[in-house]
Amino acid sequence: MSLKVLVGCKRVIDYAVKIRVRPDKLGVVTDGIKHSMNPFDEIAIEEAVRLKEKNIVKEVIAVSCGPTQAQETIRTALAMGADRGIHVEVPAKEMEKLEPLHVSKILAKLAEKEQAELVIVGKQAIDDDTNATAQMTAGILNWPQATFASKIEKKDDFLEVIREIDGGLETIKVKLPAVVSADLRLNEPRYATLPNIMKAKKKKIEKMKPADLGVDTTPHFEVIEVTDPPAREAGIKVEDVDTLLLKLKEVGRI
Amino acid sequence: MLPGLCLGRTVRHLRVLGRAWKRWQPRLEGDSSACATLPFTMPKRYLVTSFDPSHGLTDEQIAIQKLAINFARNEMLPNMAIWDEKELFPVDTMRAAAALGFGAVYASEEFGGTGLSRLDASIIFEALSQGCTSTTAYISIHNMCAWMIDKFGNKSQREQWIPQLASMEKFASYCLTEPGAGSDAGSLSTTAKKVGEELILNGSKAFISGGGDTDVYLVMCRTGSEGPKGISCVLVEKGTPGLNFGTKEKKIGWNSQPTRMVIFEDCRVPVINIIGDEGQGFNIAMKGLNGGRINIASCSLGAAQASIEAAADHVKVRKQFGKPLSSFQNSQFRLAEMSTELVASRLLVRNAATALQDDHPDAVTLCSMAKYYATEKCFNIINEALQLHGGYGYLKDYSVQQYLRDSRVHMILEGTNEVMRILIARHILAD
Repeated sequence: MSLKVLVGCKRVIDYAVKIRVRPDKLGVVTDGIKHSMNPFDEIAIEEAVRLKEKNIVKEVIAVSCGPTQAQETIRTALAMGADRGIHVEVPAKEMEKLEPLHVSKILAKLAEKEQAELVIVGKQAIDDDTNATAQMTAGILNWPQATFASKIEKKDDFLEVIREIDGGLETIKVKLPAVVSADLRLNEPRYATLPNIMKAKKKKIEKMKPADLGVDTTPHFEVIEVTDPPAREAGIKVEDVDTLLLKLKEVGRI
Repeated sequence: MLPGLCLGRTVRHLRVLGRAWKRWQPRLEGDSSACATLPFTMPKRYLVTSFDPSHGLTDEQIAIQKLAINFARNEMLPNMAIWDEKELFPVDTMRAAAALGFGAVYASEEFGGTGLSRLDASIIFEALSQGCTSTTAYISIHNMCAWMIDKFGNKSQREQWIPQLASMEKFASYCLTEPGAGSDAGSLSTTAKKVGEELILNGSKAFISGGGDTDVYLVMCRTGSEGPKGISCVLVEKGTPGLNFGTKEKKIGWNSQPTRMVIFEDCRVPVINIIGDEGQGFNIAMKGLNGGRINIASCSLGAAQASIEAAADHVKVRKQFGKPLSSFQNSQFRLAEMSTELVASRLLVRNAATALQDDHPDAVTLCSMAKYYATEKCFNIINEALQLHGGYGYLKDYSVQQYLRDSRVHMILEGTNEVMRILIARHILAD
């Protein structure tokens, strides 16, 4: 099987960290804060590596856009089993304003350049929660998309994907080449092993800039303000159901 | 002289300088080899150790540490209380750790060890210890035994045992201490009389971590005359007739690992089970302990780190007299002192690890310093952290008390902190 798969992995603030809004209210504090790979992207990498172990895919290429530290994220992917990495250098200041549209254009160009037949990304990043990159990438490439995947099976020249949707589960057939976005229950990512972490050091990471791929990273929108959600207020206790209904009507909830 | 010839010579000269420059370039941090003598020395990049345990590490070490932290957070932390309460030896979890390479971290790769450095091991144990100090301490003892066999065993012993120990298919115990020989380990009296191709062991070992549940016992026993030089290191497998165990000891901590007396009654062991040379046993035991001391000190670091973080979180939330405890100068000053002692301890431990890796002439002294300093300071840090929790610190619902109980013994085993002082003084007072 000569299938190459491109996997996007984003370096985000670690899920366990308490987020603080910056004093200038234009973003959150990232300096000196613990970062790790977006959990949904970990699931994407794991799925790609499993496809390689089943001989469905020949090569797994991990891609990350970001500053120098993005290479840590790529190394994690390599330690999990990806074959090589591509680091698209985006300085930290620019990274704040990088949009799914930019990333999709980058991934699309790379998919063409590498002649990949499958692009897998996490369904959304836990920092901006846009849930747009997979869809836009598919649109730019004019490839079919299978988003919120909770199971992927290869059958002949197409993929059978079970998607998690509001009503339950949906099974679709997607012809290759295709874009897939990984949902939570797709798999449980493996721990990298110490020997694999050491081997990952020797795997290649190619560096390039968005301009090298002909992608313009000028932002299309501007963040006006970032604030904390309102502090949780105390509730009130009511005596009976009638009072409850009355109170709910008072605050306009029903 | 024709100008062209001058230029040619200059270019050649520059090329030679360029090659020489490359040879003289100091290597990056993490490479422990010393620079050769140089006409001038580039200062080695100075890396800062901080309250955040990931500072001062190479990218690879950070990746290793992340792996250990994730494993500790997901697989150990949720279980540490149950393992302590029910005194469970978490075999499956330890085997899962071994599958990642944590079974024989600093044994060479030749027969299945992971081949990492002492500093890498220190980072790993410090991280795992936050998940469960007691279990991590046992894992470090197992690692120490694997290394001893790897370093001093012959090819067939290494071939037979390293793969099984690296994967934790078999578990190991280190048997030096006896009821009558603790700090005075050199006076141990378990005998191993040579009869034909066998050794007959008689005697008993005390306080053996893992004893009774583990499969492989590295026993320091007397094959020769009195004193350290008459001691050999013998590998005894569980199930050997004449190998028996006492009842499981009831301890205030380290409850996720069983501790028992190991008793030899005419226990027959093939002579080929001697690790290293006859009479080398004490030396092997002490060399193993140098690393063991760094490992135990690292476990203390992890427990102290977790305790400070827990205390800091608690004082931000707990309010008295209308204010969070974190706004009182006492809480602030205590936390400041605790974190300073932690960073000081960490510096000593990582320094000792590097010294041991580099075979530094002061390695033994530095390991002793690191062990006594870190274990003592960290125990006090955890004790203070418990105090900052107020009454809640005394409840088993909160993890500080378990870090406290588990780390208390670190001041006692692998050489009491008093013995550490003896070793350091010996170095200072040497002529």
